Amino acid sequence: MNYYLRRTARIPLTVLAVATLSFGLIRLLPGGPFTQLRLQLIRQGVPVEQVNARIEALQNIRPDAPLWQQYLDYLIGVVQLDFGQSISLNQPVAEVVARALPWTVFLVVTSTLLMFAGGVIIGAVQAYWEGSTFDKLASSGSILVMAVPYFIFAVIFLFFLAFQLQLFPTGNAAARDIEAGISLDYFASVIHHAILPIAAFTIGGIGSTALSMRGNGIQVLGQEYVEVARLRGLGDGRIATRYVAQNAILPMYTGLLLLIGFRLGGTVVLEQIFSYPGLGYYLIAAVNANDYPLMMGCFLVITVTLVVAVTIADLTYSFIDPRISTGDADGY
Amino acid sequence: MATETDSSSEEGVDWRSDASAEEMTRRERYGEFYRRMVREPAIIAWSDLRTRVGIIILSVYLLMAALDVFGLWRNPSPNQAPRLLPPFQNWAFPLGTTQSGVDLFALIVDSTPFILLMVLAGGVWATTLAVMVGTVSGYKGGSVDTAITSVSDFFMAIPGLPLVIVLAITFSPENPILLGVILTINYWAGLGRSIRSQVLSIREESYVEASRTMGSSTFRIIVKDVLPNIMPYVMVNFVFAARYTIFASVGLYFIGVLPYTGQNWGVTLNNAYNQGGLFTMQALHWLLVPIVAIVGLALGLILVSQGMDRIFNPRVRTRLSGESESIEGEDDTTAPPGGMV
Repeated sequence: MNYYLRRTARIPLTVLAVATLSFGLIRLLPGGPFTQLRLQLIRQGVPVEQVNARIEALQNIRPDAPLWQQYLDYLIGVVQLDFGQSISLNQPVAEVVARALPWTVFLVVTSTLLMFAGGVIIGAVQAYWEGSTFDKLASSGSILVMAVPYFIFAVIFLFFLAFQLQLFPTGNAAARDIEAGISLDYFASVIHHAILPIAAFTIGGIGSTALSMRGNGIQVLGQEYVEVARLRGLGDGRIATRYVAQNAILPMYTGLLLLIGFRLGGTVVLEQIFSYPGLGYYLIAAVNANDYPLMMGCFLVITVTLVVAVTIADLTYSFIDPRISTGDADGY
Repeated sequence: MATETDSSSEEGVDWRSDASAEEMTRRERYGEFYRRMVREPAIIAWSDLRTRVGIIILSVYLLMAALDVFGLWRNPSPNQAPRLLPPFQNWAFPLGTTQSGVDLFALIVDSTPFILLMVLAGGVWATTLAVMVGTVSGYKGGSVDTAITSVSDFFMAIPGLPLVIVLAITFSPENPILLGVILTINYWAGLGRSIRSQVLSIREESYVEASRTMGSSTFRIIVKDVLPNIMPYVMVNFVFAARYTIFASVGLYFIGVLPYTGQNWGVTLNNAYNQGGLFTMQALHWLLVPIVAIVGLALGLILVSQGMDRIFNPRVRTRLSGESESIEGEDDTTAPPGGMV
């Protein structure tokens, strides 16, 4: 079967597995999903049937149904994008998640692209002038930057640039008084609010990307085919891009697949620090408010986003590595 | 048993003269083992500036852990010192104090053993599992490979931190080892996948094929032929897993979703952040001290890993033993000639 088709067909399967896991985790949560709420309502004198009906409305689960029935109901709900009702926000979870998702995707995609581009350029320059002062400085800088977690950059940026110097806002994704829409003001505000989170999320990654690009670049530069290309009289530009860069970036591209997962997960802490209204922010808010439907909804959507992102990255991988689409999919 | 030990201690001379040849070879073997596994790596590691600095940094953390384990520094408690004392002013409280008058150095020292244990647990768990999964699925191939790859694909599809948060609520881990394992619960999947791809190319090497034709068992081939080749990669990734454990734990403590009993670096950071450390310069050290503790540990680990490649690189090692034999007289400092053995 076609590689692309096969790869895309795996998405629903993975999502099903993740939904099952998320269903299992809801069962595992301390005291079951709604014990606390249920006790509270019964104590208030609400009849048991009504309590059950309300809980059923909150989560797409009937508490008195057998487990397989609950599981099926849950899956059907997920397919219909019905994740239940958020307790703390009193809104459908799907609505909250739909509002939050674009911000998280925006943060992760922008910062990952910047990180990759910056790291590749710096690493390539380092590899080309191996042993130069710039190489040594950049290597030390990379190691130093790798040792600092992104949330520490976030705290430092917030402290100096947002609170002390007041150059940047301390929270939110856009100024409240500007209406969302396609206007220059709105875009400017969005970017102004996103600069600090994106910078904090990018800097550390640039270090490790540059280091591995440097290593790969040096290795590729020593290969015989590069020498042969030079002897054949090919232009420097062609050698640098087609022969060196492409082969040096290739192994890093698979690392990128893994990185997306870590970065998507990392937004939980990042968005919390910057009060950036993405999925991670709502996940933590839900955790703190014991809002299980919202929590599991966010968890599920973050996971599905990751599955889709990895699939996209996987598919584009075949553009730069022709071995993949010709069937040797095991190559990485 | 008792008579045997008696006789051996009494007739020590006989015993030694009897088995002297065997004893020599055994001692030689130990000597060889010591030289190959301890002495040479140590020399190579020390010759690299980055590794040297990294080892020194990590020793400082071990020292801090020892300070706490042997109770050589006071335990942190509120009002044990003046409030918000700046660092390096009063040497009784070298790193200053928090808003509630807690000695910051005591806070940092107090949680060092916990953090080190957690980091070690996370790193060991993630890398061990990844190596087992990666080597077996890469070397065996076929249906074993398909099964393992599907499982690890599934785990790779779950973003780490959100899963950890949900698991932390379910299990409320307060034991450092359990916490380390939970933090890296699906780290093995990605690492195992990249180890697998390395094993895929190693299994085609001629020496592996030679072992196979000689009828060596799969286990033996993996341990003797495959593992040594991926060891540098594994060690570097052990360090990355350890770094991930620190970052993840501190990040989650910082945003307050992990349960805790005592204060640790992340909790201190959280307190400093939420109780006004962000607004005034007077409280800046309260924010900076846990940051330096975290960054220092991560930096030490990374620096050590940077030199790791040289320790496992057979070319560097051959050069070292070559030097010790050929240029004996000229260079005593790098490696004293064979006398050790």
